[in-house]
Amino acid sequence: MTMFNLNGRPVSVHSPDEVPLLWVIRDELGLTGTKFGCGIGCCGACTVHVEGRATRSCITSVGSIAGADVTTIEGLDPAGKHPLQTAWIELQVPQCGYCQSGQIMQAATLLKDFPNPTDQDINAVMAGSLCRCMTYIRIRKAIKLAASRMREGAVT
Amino acid sequence: MLRKFAIPVLAVVVIGLLGFTILASRPSIAPVKNSPNRASFSTESIAKGEMLVAEGHCVSCHIRPGGQPLAGGYGVNTPFGVIYGTNITPDNKTGIGLWSLAAFTRAMREGVSRDGHHLYAAFPYTAFTELSDDDINALYAYLMTRTPVSATVPPNTVPFPLNIRLLEEGWKVLFFRKKTFQANPAKGAEWNRGAYLAEALSDCGGCHTPRNALGGEKLRLAYAGAVVDRWLAPPLTKDNPSPIPWREDQLFNFLRTGVDPLHGPVAATMTPVVRDALNLPVVPDADVRAIAIYFSDINQAAAHGADAEVVTKAMETSPLGSGQDYDPDGNLYASACMSCHYNSGTTPRGARPELALSSSLTLPEPTNFIQAVLQGIGAKDGVPGLVMPAYASSLTNADVAGLAAYLRRTRTSLPPWTDLEKKVASARKGLKASR
Repeated sequence: MTMFNLNGRPVSVHSPDEVPLLWVIRDELGLTGTKFGCGIGCCGACTVHVEGRATRSCITSVGSIAGADVTTIEGLDPAGKHPLQTAWIELQVPQCGYCQSGQIMQAATLLKDFPNPTDQDINAVMAGSLCRCMTYIRIRKAIKLAASRMREGAVT
Repeated sequence: MLRKFAIPVLAVVVIGLLGFTILASRPSIAPVKNSPNRASFSTESIAKGEMLVAEGHCVSCHIRPGGQPLAGGYGVNTPFGVIYGTNITPDNKTGIGLWSLAAFTRAMREGVSRDGHHLYAAFPYTAFTELSDDDINALYAYLMTRTPVSATVPPNTVPFPLNIRLLEEGWKVLFFRKKTFQANPAKGAEWNRGAYLAEALSDCGGCHTPRNALGGEKLRLAYAGAVVDRWLAPPLTKDNPSPIPWREDQLFNFLRTGVDPLHGPVAATMTPVVRDALNLPVVPDADVRAIAIYFSDINQAAAHGADAEVVTKAMETSPLGSGQDYDPDGNLYASACMSCHYNSGTTPRGARPELALSSSLTLPEPTNFIQAVLQGIGAKDGVPGLVMPAYASSLTNADVAGLAAYLRRTRTSLPPWTDLEKKVASARKGLKASR
């Protein structure tokens, strides 16, 4: 049995230690916003936050995050109104949408470390988050929009 | 002819063995009738003992994974077999509840158990022999006032004949000298405090000093680095290959918090030394600082030039791989590693270990790089709040070898590592065997 916090609530799960966190979140705990993409930690679709930082849940064993705070797209903002989420909707970023929860979770860590990201920062940090619909241009725009609003918010 | 020699030779052998047995035997020290109670120790002594237990990171070995602190059960992998840390809570049957101070002191100073059997040097009495009487008394006071835990530990896997404890006497003749700590009058009080903690209590050399075939520390190579549990415990001398030398402040950060942004996070068997020991509030900053002062002198950090140039260069290489160039290893780096390891600006962030500054890329062997990639860093390892997934299940040996070669080529100016794929395969095999 492993205990951790999921979106602010303590959970205890029965999956064996070596089971990827992704399957625990989706199958045992029933939160399906986090997606399975490549299964080898190279596409970013399964990205969640462990202790507030983007982590590929498809190759992170549940045993290795015992006791940690895990946040999924469902818990990024209680009302679903994180500045990234509102920017995403305003700019109509998704096409098929499959990779987008992972994109947003990765972008949230990006903005934590780089509040005013350059194109190079975005390229480098988002390079591991693939989108087969090629929405990269809108992703970049939405990140910059959210970043500017978050900086304003921080000032006021 | 044969008989003529056989009898005297046999006689000499028998007498020799008898003599050795007598010399090597140690008496049992009578058990105390009742475990000493709290009132028999001063509050100061117990408090000091708590600090010393943390600084000596006793719990590193005297615990099983997920178990009770001090109740034993961690398996130390030695070339001679697995040796398990014992239960040192004051339980009368399974712990040290019946040990008198004399028995405890003998164990610490001479490596002999209360019942008289020799202890393996996996228990670092080779270092503890230098502890002051006062500190041994305080350790005793603290341990004897813990809640007793009834817990037996698994039997050691040291094979016959090495498991004959009397033979440890031979080992002691070769490699062990009872001694007291000698302060170096040429150095200051803090340096000497650091030396005392490092040598007598924390036993840094236990992992960082290479050992000979019989498991004795090669004292002429003190702190020259050694392999521990398939990771490299890096040299703590001037041969430490970190791009930025370990200066006092950086050692302090690392030992106190588990991370220094100019070096990276703690990993592997060093983790409990920091997370369950040196970063506990009971350890005063001054003692961690003293250890930092000691080692930043040993490693001659002051002889290095300014760090700024090295940091700037590292920051320049950080985005490599994020471009559109075709390079399979670089592309794999970008998709698997870069989202966490990329840095920009003037200095790396602690939560983004900058690989160009990591000794895992500059050590002569790729051991630590390979282990980190295969095993990852769990929430309970490394620094709190940082998790790196284990890539063993997702990357092939060729993938990991490719990443190692790529990073060594683009992030350092050192010669390429050799036989990478073989080394990854062998590390992977060791990983499976240990599960």
